[in-house]
Amino acid sequence: MPKSVLVDLTRCIGCRGCQVACKSWNERGVKKTVESGTFTNPPDLNSECYTNIRFVETTQGNKPVWSFVKSQCLHCHDPACVSVCPVAALRKTPEGPVTYEAERCIGCRYCMLACPFQIPKYEWEKLLPIVQKCTFCAERIKDGVTPACIKTCPTGTLVYGEREDILAMAKARVEKGKGKYVPHIYGEKEAGGTSWIYVSAVPFADLGFRMQVPLHALPPLTWNYISQIPYIIPGVFAFGVGSWYVTRRKEVQEKEGPR
Amino acid sequence: MKQSDIKTWTPGTILLAVFMLLGGAAALYRLGAGLGATTNLGDSFPWGMWLGVDVLGGVAMAAGGFMIASLVYVFHLEKYRPVVRPAILTAFLGYLLAIVALLLDIGQPHRLWHPAIMWQVHSVMWVVGIHVILYTTTLALEFSPMLFERLGMTGASRAVYRIMVPVVIFGALLSVLHQSSLGAVFLISEGRMSPLWYSPEIPKLFLVSAMMMGLSMVSLETMISSRAFEHEVDPGIFSGLARMSLWVIGFYFIYKLYALVAGPGIGAAFAGSTEANMYLLEMIIGVVLPFVLLIGKGARERMGTIRIVNILVISGVMLNRLNVSIFGLYRDQASGGAKYFPSLVEFVLSIALVSFAIFCFKMAAKHLPLLDSGTEAKH
Repeated sequence: MPKSVLVDLTRCIGCRGCQVACKSWNERGVKKTVESGTFTNPPDLNSECYTNIRFVETTQGNKPVWSFVKSQCLHCHDPACVSVCPVAALRKTPEGPVTYEAERCIGCRYCMLACPFQIPKYEWEKLLPIVQKCTFCAERIKDGVTPACIKTCPTGTLVYGEREDILAMAKARVEKGKGKYVPHIYGEKEAGGTSWIYVSAVPFADLGFRMQVPLHALPPLTWNYISQIPYIIPGVFAFGVGSWYVTRRKEVQEKEGPR
Repeated sequence: MKQSDIKTWTPGTILLAVFMLLGGAAALYRLGAGLGATTNLGDSFPWGMWLGVDVLGGVAMAAGGFMIASLVYVFHLEKYRPVVRPAILTAFLGYLLAIVALLLDIGQPHRLWHPAIMWQVHSVMWVVGIHVILYTTTLALEFSPMLFERLGMTGASRAVYRIMVPVVIFGALLSVLHQSSLGAVFLISEGRMSPLWYSPEIPKLFLVSAMMMGLSMVSLETMISSRAFEHEVDPGIFSGLARMSLWVIGFYFIYKLYALVAGPGIGAAFAGSTEANMYLLEMIIGVVLPFVLLIGKGARERMGTIRIVNILVISGVMLNRLNVSIFGLYRDQASGGAKYFPSLVEFVLSIALVSFAIFCFKMAAKHLPLLDSGTEAKH
């Protein structure tokens, strides 16, 4: 039963309860923060911060609009990070979360390069760093408990449930609230679909969402190459042996020719 | 010049040794203080100079090894036998360079071996890792007769030569797969990498450009070592390599144009952006100029021309690797406001690794039967 979350940005009041709940449940420390001129704090996710609320100011019809955007790992249905990890440290669980087994990780950081949402963060300050990112509270989900951030949300911004139900709810809200919501469910198609999906009254591009994310799953891009290898092996081998045989016969003939 | 006449400590070698000492210190500093303290990498720039220059460049420059070995052992082109040993040594050094860089670049160096037992066949990086392990072993085997002969172990040397043909074919297979899989690493960056470089053809483009670089590396290093060590080389080898280069460069030229037309279109290369200019620079240095220089009548007989072409091709392919791994992704990675320019430690270590490779080559020329191939001709 894959779980999913709908983030209805129209309901968020920017209390950051989710951010605090995440920090305490996952026992994350703190890092020295940087003033960014907004209330967004820390300005970006980092190895100690799995989720934050981005405060974004936009205007709609000359009126200022303040939006509060939760970011965290989106837990793709077919995650690029899982497919690129050379040691299977990253895995997609049947319940939905993309989990990370630090003991396997060699620290190549290919997951960070591959993630279309730039989510995995690294413990750069440590001598033997590991990757850090939102776990979707995988162990809570396994025990049938709601993830920490969702449990804390006081306004119903975060709705947790079965994937089909959540997507249907997102579609219904966008459909019913025409004019209120932009006609786009972020995460429905992005990177082939994600467990966390967003609906919003402000265009996602204005809120700093990454709009260049391909609307298809990413792992087939590399699998198309890897799956050809079993055919390349006999091909090159046959070419090599054939060339060796033909050129050798020629050499022998040239040597023995005048006889 | 006899081998024993090669002087170990020339001003050039002393400079190399200084770089190597500095690099050793940089490596220890990196291991003792961590990646964050010693490099300018960060969450927005997980990969930097060590990956772009040392890993991608080191592996690309190694392509000459499998090509020359194939020409001699598989295609029976005896003419190239005098350069087969330097070519194999260069490949071996290129891979060692890449491995050392990789070891220092990954966050958990003591777990470098994990991919060997923790298989994940869906990962290009796993494919790359397995190839590095297998091919470096193969290269060590191809290189071993030089050592055996030096140690007077002719029996061991002869035993290796008895299986050399299958070993070389196996090595060529691994190289074809490894060069292309290094390009395939970047297939996952659709939407992030500039379309000037992002292409479904990138694995094959990596393979062909590595072949260009491999031929030029062998040609250039043979030129330099024949002059430095006063060692006669048949000029036919250089013109033969140049003729092959012309074919490969010509093919690559057409292939790159195809990738450009099928991708963002010709216009994208002339958009005036940093990416477009880097793309033009890479193409002019590494492809257009070498092609034009080589195509002229008699050009492939003139040593001066061939030398310039070699330098252009090597620089152009290096630039391509930098463009793919750094400049092509820069705009996207910097979108959050972060910047990347390699730190002093990153520079020092990269220079030291190249110095180490040159130093090893020179020491091999002095102490190993590298430049004379007489002993192996009849095995």
